Amino acid sequence: MEKVEALVELKKNKTAMAGLILICFLLILALIGPWISPHPPLVPDPINRLKGPSWSHPFGTDSLGRDILSRVIYGSRISIIIGLIAVSISLVPGTILGLLSGFYGRKVDEPIMRGMDIMLAFPAILLAIFITAILGPSLLNTMIAVGIVYIPHYARIVRSSVLSLKEQLFVQAVRSLGGSNLRIIFLHIFPNTIPPIIVYATLGMGTAVLQAAALGFLGLGAQPPTPEWGAMLSEGRQYIQNAPHVAAFPGIAIFMLVLGFNLFGDGLRDILDPSLR
Amino acid sequence: MNEEILIIQRLKKYYPIRRGFFAQEPVLVKAVDGVDLTIRRGETLGLVGESGCGKSTLGRLILRLEDPDEGTITFEGENILSFDDDQLRKFRRNIQIIFQDPYSSLNPRKKVDFIIGEPLAIHGLARGKELEERVVELMKVVGLRAEQRFLYPHQFSGGQRQRIGIARALALQPKLVIADEPVSSLDVSIQAQIVNLLLDLQSEFGLTYLFISHDLNLIEYVSDWVAVMYLGKTVEWANQEVIYDHPIHPYSEALFSAVPTTDPLTKRKRILLEGDVPSPINPPSGCRFHTRCPLRIDFCEKEEPLLNKRPNGSLVACHVR
Repeated sequence: MEKVEALVELKKNKTAMAGLILICFLLILALIGPWISPHPPLVPDPINRLKGPSWSHPFGTDSLGRDILSRVIYGSRISIIIGLIAVSISLVPGTILGLLSGFYGRKVDEPIMRGMDIMLAFPAILLAIFITAILGPSLLNTMIAVGIVYIPHYARIVRSSVLSLKEQLFVQAVRSLGGSNLRIIFLHIFPNTIPPIIVYATLGMGTAVLQAAALGFLGLGAQPPTPEWGAMLSEGRQYIQNAPHVAAFPGIAIFMLVLGFNLFGDGLRDILDPSLR
Repeated sequence: MNEEILIIQRLKKYYPIRRGFFAQEPVLVKAVDGVDLTIRRGETLGLVGESGCGKSTLGRLILRLEDPDEGTITFEGENILSFDDDQLRKFRRNIQIIFQDPYSSLNPRKKVDFIIGEPLAIHGLARGKELEERVVELMKVVGLRAEQRFLYPHQFSGGQRQRIGIARALALQPKLVIADEPVSSLDVSIQAQIVNLLLDLQSEFGLTYLFISHDLNLIEYVSDWVAVMYLGKTVEWANQEVIYDHPIHPYSEALFSAVPTTDPLTKRKRILLEGDVPSPINPPSGCRFHTRCPLRIDFCEKEEPLLNKRPNGSLVACHVR
């Protein structure tokens, strides 16, 4: 029942629907990429370097003559995967830390949350650069770095909802029935923290894609010739004067994906929040 | 007279609050400050007192949701404060609570069959088909339909939710049920239904109730014994009929004089107390009630009165009467 109501609400919410359509569009693009991309994304064609948009190359070609449309299509796979994995990397430990720290209070809470505060004190991109520098630049390490950077955000969100949930009567009811702490945390508190987590994870997908693109732009993310949008943007920067399309199209792609996740996340928040209280 | 099932002696619970960042000494809120009570098997003790006098805290202490600072709680001859975690888990079957707020006392994300079956699952008393049968049975007992077990709490009305809470409390066949203002958040018409349900269940299962409420008419209706609390202390403990006709403690007297009567011809003399309830952070010296007591003598400020037995069988803590 509850789920059906949420779906009806989703259809009514224009922001969420717009976001969902954008995400679905890019998702489909990623799935059917190999069949629709006009050229192989990695094969250079030195004769057609830095050509502007044309019928055979709708988005033009880059400095090695590779078809930008094909690279953007393949890049969507990478960016969506980055978003999913990076968010999972921050979501799982963040949620567990938040549950423990909110539920057990003081002695557990203090060390965990002060650690999280230290991480939050660094600018996100600086911390991500620091982590990738240690792990070495690669696509996987980018995801790990972006994932780690956002752990404190999830921990804080989960902790704050646990703090209010554990004072609720139904938690005391379970305790007076003789329910163990584990039962209370996982069967009673955790399910009630899911709506805020979903909202934040959706918004976080956009941020993760953006951060990964930024790392790619700085040369710390995906290595050439991987068609990662951030790296493509960075490469196009050199030719922005005479061939602006090289940077423009991956930029637009990043913009669309992030916008999609943000709109959807914002819409979800409106849908899920009133039912929380 | 029935045997005593629960005996509480000199029970105290102080909550520290810190005032300001640099305050060294934590300030203590004396929520429960010397409560004595006895509940007999199969009977109902009504606990009355104004808001903030520590009634609900007392309930939480009996459930061992919180540990008292001083005093003893004896249940069926055993000191429940000495239990370790394992004993405590087993002991919890004996005492259950029905909460005031039927909205926040049920997990919004669990279906009714989970909520009512949970106590049985926790104590490993039933599983699978048997668990389901027990849940259906419990739902019938409290007047819910079996097919409603697949619904979520928010699909029920307040009264129905309270029935779910009652079914959950009864699942373990407890010996003592603490009803903490069980009807005060319900409509009056629903209140009567729930109260009657509680009374029916009492005669059916031989339950013992600690009935916490500020509704004096309700307490008169359900209780065999009445205890009056003022600022964390029991000031009077007596048989229901005795205390409603002849309250001895001046606070009880003022309290019961405020009960509206249904008979328009009887004119009762209302005793109006002056001032507010003093703060439990700094309760008055001596008798806590002396600041508002119409019968105050100088001695009341100096010495704290203890509960002692009166000719009519009541226990009263007062120097003057």
